[in-house]
Amino acid sequence: MTIHSLPGPNDIVRRELPNGIVVLVRPNLNSLSVVVSGYLSAGAIFEPDDKLGLAGFTALALMRGTTQHDFQQIYDGLESNGASLGIDGGTHSIGFYGHALAEDLDLLIGTLAETLRQPVFPTDQVERLRDQLLTGLAIRAQDTAEVASLAFDELVYAGHPYSRPEDGYPETIRSIRREDLVAFHEKHFGPMGMVISIVGDVGTERALESVTRFLSDWKNPKQPTQPDLPALKPLSGTISHQVHIPGKSEADIVMGVAGPPRRSPDFMVASLGNNILGQFGMHGRIGQSVREKSGLAYHASSSLSGGIGPGPWLFIAGVDPSNLEKVIELIRLEIARFIREPVTSEELADSQANYIGRLPLSLESNAGVASALLNLERYSLGLDYYLRYPDLIRAITPAEILETAQRYLHPDHLAIATAGSFDTPG
Amino acid sequence: MNASLTKLTLSNGLQVLLKEIHTSPIISQWIWYRVGSRDEVPGLTGASHLVEHMMFKGTPKFPLGALDRAISREGGYLNAFTFLDWTSFFETLPADKIDLALKLEADRMFNSLFDPNEFSAERTVVISERQGSENEPLFRLSEEVQSAAFRVHPYHHEIIGDLTDLYSMQREDIYHHYQNYYVPNNAVLSIAGDFETQSILEHIRELYEPLAAGRQPPRLARTEPPQAGERRVSVEGPGETVYLQVCYRAPKADNPDFFALNLLDSLLTGPTNLNMFGGGVTNKTSRLYKALVEKELAVSVNGGLPATIDPYLYTTVITVHPKHTASDCIAAMEAEIKQLQDAPPSVEELERALKQARAIFAYGSESISNQAFWLGFAEMFATVDWFTTYLEHLAAVTPADIQRLAQTCLRPQNRTLGVYLPNTTAQL
Repeated sequence: MTIHSLPGPNDIVRRELPNGIVVLVRPNLNSLSVVVSGYLSAGAIFEPDDKLGLAGFTALALMRGTTQHDFQQIYDGLESNGASLGIDGGTHSIGFYGHALAEDLDLLIGTLAETLRQPVFPTDQVERLRDQLLTGLAIRAQDTAEVASLAFDELVYAGHPYSRPEDGYPETIRSIRREDLVAFHEKHFGPMGMVISIVGDVGTERALESVTRFLSDWKNPKQPTQPDLPALKPLSGTISHQVHIPGKSEADIVMGVAGPPRRSPDFMVASLGNNILGQFGMHGRIGQSVREKSGLAYHASSSLSGGIGPGPWLFIAGVDPSNLEKVIELIRLEIARFIREPVTSEELADSQANYIGRLPLSLESNAGVASALLNLERYSLGLDYYLRYPDLIRAITPAEILETAQRYLHPDHLAIATAGSFDTPG
Repeated sequence: MNASLTKLTLSNGLQVLLKEIHTSPIISQWIWYRVGSRDEVPGLTGASHLVEHMMFKGTPKFPLGALDRAISREGGYLNAFTFLDWTSFFETLPADKIDLALKLEADRMFNSLFDPNEFSAERTVVISERQGSENEPLFRLSEEVQSAAFRVHPYHHEIIGDLTDLYSMQREDIYHHYQNYYVPNNAVLSIAGDFETQSILEHIRELYEPLAAGRQPPRLARTEPPQAGERRVSVEGPGETVYLQVCYRAPKADNPDFFALNLLDSLLTGPTNLNMFGGGVTNKTSRLYKALVEKELAVSVNGGLPATIDPYLYTTVITVHPKHTASDCIAAMEAEIKQLQDAPPSVEELERALKQARAIFAYGSESISNQAFWLGFAEMFATVDWFTTYLEHLAAVTPADIQRLAQTCLRPQNRTLGVYLPNTTAQL
């Protein structure tokens, strides 16, 4: 069998269970395995300020023991069969991802359901996990890119939930009690807003039957809906923050603004424009300027996150600390050019071809298709989105990119965070 | 997987491996050169990696930037890797665009410009890459352990090279390295995906057969003498976290004991994953995870056994729990190893490790890029048969083999042990 088609209404099955769970299935009979991937409507957005990291802590603790199995039994069931499952926290959701040989679909969905529905948060496991999280935060504090990214979020999202790190801070992780995990789970974990995507060598009926068996009777009347995000105040000038970390050879720059949400009509226009600015080829115009022409950095690029809310439009580079100001200036110059003059028709044609041509490659694996299906649902794109996608991309013009960029970017209205070893700490 | 595998050698010595896979409209092309950091002498460390970088800086036919642009425009992606024993370049793109990738690789085997100005700029890019790695405690530790483990063999130095050489190497040094090693008789072309073998083979012949074979470049051979006792190194640096790296001298990839050690690693630190693209399996039921992480002596433990031409290292990396020391972890690890030295594992435990290996193979085989990777990768240290019979070799390992390897390979006298210690004074 040859699959030369993009996922669409003809081969994606979407089923909504009575308790609200949405199931998306696309069989791939060329594969020996199956991917189960998805999310629940619970995340860091529901955390109080003094318990940052609670959603992620809760998510990671789910697999540490249930009413039926302890930690080792849960993982023994998975690992003995070469299967893998992980549950992790995000800002607006708790995500899960698992893969197994196709014959073990029920093992995967059964383990997922059991850990989501019947965790017991054993005290010893919670404390072990806490130590692991704190070590992770100690490692984060030494990572120049991570530290610069945290500082950037605090600058650009001041007063907004996106300013808060999903992993929390050492003091908030230390303050979270086992009861907090139990209460967060009890209130926020439920079927409403849950989406599960199943792709691999399993038929649609078998996939639906498995989800129905393990998850259709799950209810949680207490589960809240997602809170509205507060309005974000645009930057009125450039604000900077430099974080000194001793003993580092390289400094990291994370600069930019808040970008459009994924559902905004601006998103795809900005995304295609960003491809020209900091992605295409070896990282677009930014890469050409900073890496190829100047040799000032191993990596220099820009990215646009999208997401439920105004995810960041980032410009990043890792540089020798002595070149920091030079690189920031080069990036500023590229931003200024990007909002001053339209991209050339050649640049646009390159990026349009890139966006359209790479779609089949991103859908090569079960994991890629599962992720694509989740995006359809999360952002209400429609099951025919990937069929319409080439036309959507071709319709974008240089004038639209310019007009959109001008509304988001300005070389003198940027948040600039840097982290590394500096002679004069900022 | 041999059913559609074609293997041949062109008249100029270029080896070609082709595997038709018609599950997705994608083709992945990899070209492999038998040159890596182990072919570099002091003064030229990092040369292979620098050549890899310069291969992206243009030819007369595809000037600087044209190569990235051409592949990206078709929706493809490309990258390159330099390893101890080899250097490889790959492009994965929609099947109907494969001609472009074929032309690019054939062209840059001989025609890369190595423009002096571009070389100067790329030197600083590579120095920046190294500086980024130096920010990581585990890079610093690994570099010290590797150099302590190999006194004579060129596996001694890091792939990216020593900073002093990165500053001092000249364009001519790098160009000479390129001319020596980038010849068809020192290369393997591996392609997997949605093509017809005869048709693509004709195209390969058109592009590559006009390229003359070069002098067969010799591999640098400096045999490491047997290790006579444990070696220990410590590295101090910023941070709060202690890391422990334990490296045992390991058999080379084409030694039958490599497979036994591979399974031994699966028992100790979890399933080995040889996929470049594709999923793995967690290791929370492995022996060392239970002994170290579940006992709260460590926060994480991972192991790995790279497949290499000459004997290299079986490595375990442990993130030490803040309430414990590296010595506590070493003692617990030795106790676990002693169990395997004293008694072979059960047949059931080996069967479990085999099922894990089969599953990881299934995940890796989903990716066309990974399939093409596997073909050429195996040729770099053995032959493609090494890969096609990999699971059979694992299945042939007996509990007694595991016990013997634990006794012979995992002895303290056969290891180099490194500790990364946070240097609090450096943080003042």
